[in-house]
Amino acid sequence: MTLFEISRKRLAENIAFWIFRLLSLGVMGILFSILGFILYKGIDVVNWDFITKMPEDGMTKGGIYPAIVGTLCLITGSMIFAFPIGVMSGIYINEYTKDSWYRRFVQLMTANLAGIPSIVFGLFGMALFVNKLGFGDSILAGSLTLGLLALPVIIRTTEEALKSVDDSYRHASLALGATKLQTIHRVTLPVALPNIITGFILSIGRVSGETAPILFTVAAYFLPKLPSSIHDQVMALPYHLYVISTSGTNIKDSRAMAYGTAVVLILIVLILNLIANAVRRYLGKKYKTN
Amino acid sequence: MIKKFINKLIEGILMLSSTVTTLTVLLIIVFLFSEGLSVFKESPLEGDNIIVLNHQNKVSHISSSDIKDIFDQKITNWKLIGGSNDSIILFTFNEINNYFSEEELGPEFEYLPAKMDSLLESQSGMIAVFSKKYLLKSHRSKIIQADKINPYSFINGSEWFPTANPAVQLGVLPLILGTLYVSFVAILFALPVGLATAIYMAEVANEKTRRVFKPVIELLAGIPSVVYGFFGLIVIVPLIQSSFHLPVGETGLAGSIILAIMALPTIITVSEDALRNTPRSMKEASLALGATKWQTIVRIVIPYSYSGISAAAILGIGRAIGETMAVLMVTGNAAVIPHTLLEPVRTIPATIAAELGEAPANGIHYKALFALGCILFLITLIINLWVEFSSKKRRIGK
Repeated sequence: MTLFEISRKRLAENIAFWIFRLLSLGVMGILFSILGFILYKGIDVVNWDFITKMPEDGMTKGGIYPAIVGTLCLITGSMIFAFPIGVMSGIYINEYTKDSWYRRFVQLMTANLAGIPSIVFGLFGMALFVNKLGFGDSILAGSLTLGLLALPVIIRTTEEALKSVDDSYRHASLALGATKLQTIHRVTLPVALPNIITGFILSIGRVSGETAPILFTVAAYFLPKLPSSIHDQVMALPYHLYVISTSGTNIKDSRAMAYGTAVVLILIVLILNLIANAVRRYLGKKYKTN
Repeated sequence: MIKKFINKLIEGILMLSSTVTTLTVLLIIVFLFSEGLSVFKESPLEGDNIIVLNHQNKVSHISSSDIKDIFDQKITNWKLIGGSNDSIILFTFNEINNYFSEEELGPEFEYLPAKMDSLLESQSGMIAVFSKKYLLKSHRSKIIQADKINPYSFINGSEWFPTANPAVQLGVLPLILGTLYVSFVAILFALPVGLATAIYMAEVANEKTRRVFKPVIELLAGIPSVVYGFFGLIVIVPLIQSSFHLPVGETGLAGSIILAIMALPTIITVSEDALRNTPRSMKEASLALGATKWQTIVRIVIPYSYSGISAAAILGIGRAIGETMAVLMVTGNAAVIPHTLLEPVRTIPATIAAELGEAPANGIHYKALFALGCILFLITLIINLWVEFSSKKRRIGK
């Protein structure tokens, strides 16, 4: 091998790596330009009044208070439904089933559910909850639809969290005479908890930003008052952003409100991500998982 | 004893909750398909409308697209659709005053049935579409059936006018092609960039860089699609409009760009995982033989993780096909078969999202949108199963 060949190989490697580096930086650049642009344009709009006042003048002034309340209602409702079922399901799959056909089948179905487009959840929610069960457009129908959407995420993170708990913990507990349930309750779950909570927080992020499933199950264009029961419709942040940026009566005038709403949505996701990372780091230190 | 019972009970509850996802998938299938397939039992005519002809007319049934062509005056002779050689005379209610005065019809149209019947009998080539309640009990004119919506013309039809009068046109080909077109172009943009980023993160970058990149990409995945749509609407759409000098910037290209950005996290994460799965011993063997790092990546790492990378591409396409809000906001939503990327297009999810709100429950339009949902569901199901089974094969292959 001549010196020339070696340097040619090095040159090719350098060029290739630089291209990769630039493309990766490009991806980062895209993200930061999207975030930067929206934050730059909208951060001035977001102030205390914006998040605590009702919309005024056909959504061109005022705030987005009812949309924030609506999104909180939907997050709470969907998590009350999805979190316990998701965690229980994850526990059953990881702790009780061996590598059987049942386990593979349930995992396959969970993966399929995760891959179903959100608009199909919307159609299903409308057909089952709104029409068949007669809930109408309501927080109940919307929360159940969103809950089903979040379910696979929670199940999968619970499963992963439990899988990362070393078997020696389980064996030690069982050897001390604890039952299977006691082992799960006292040993496995506490160790897996940080990762389960991380999954929980990330699924809140997912639920708070979804629009398609709530279009026909709960979301309202404008409501002058806050919801009083789970049978009421609500406004929601992502739907609010959609309507005031595309189909409002005065799109130009409500642009500032739209930027502000987008900033609030981004901040929610950003903050939830930070919390999730913090939980993973700090609670994770308490127990060592492999 | 009681303890054992409680343990069994809890195990039962846990097992029950593990069936929820399966049940949901089954329920989705049942509801989607029972609503969606019932569109094929529907007649394309609105409400209780009927088609009435002169009793001598030999035509006994007529398809939805023929009705449209007749009323658009593209078909003007009965001979073209299996009747005798006689030109078609249209009767529409807009022109009712040319035929009858208001007194003749009576204050509540009580004489209309008799008048319609005799009018139809006086003109051998006449066709009229009207509500059943205006049909004379002892009518001499002939009622014919509009063909039910059939699956072939549903999939293959190129006109989507779900609220057209007198007969709805339900051809979903432009929507299916629009969806696939926008999604594939998006993956063409996203795959090279995403793969390069994944290789960079898995093989080139140091630990510190990776620790910055990873959460940023997670964040990219977490941003709601409507925010991407909003960004596309205010930045990319005007950019495309001005740089290509188009009348509108809402085009397939805008949709593809936004979908490409949204598919990046999926592609990067899945292919990075695949690249990382390459056994260390294989890489080290290659390096020990004198290959450079770059040669090792091209000859060893990429071929080894090929199936994982293709899974990333397929999953990315799946995400893109199902994406609703962002696409709805930037593609312009014209239900025509796309020829270039610089035209407005319409995808299946965007159609459902845009039209379901206006479609009356259990009407033909509502059912047609559910049928679209079925098509979407099937496409994504096939993609999911494909990825699932190809990754299983990979695991066994190891």
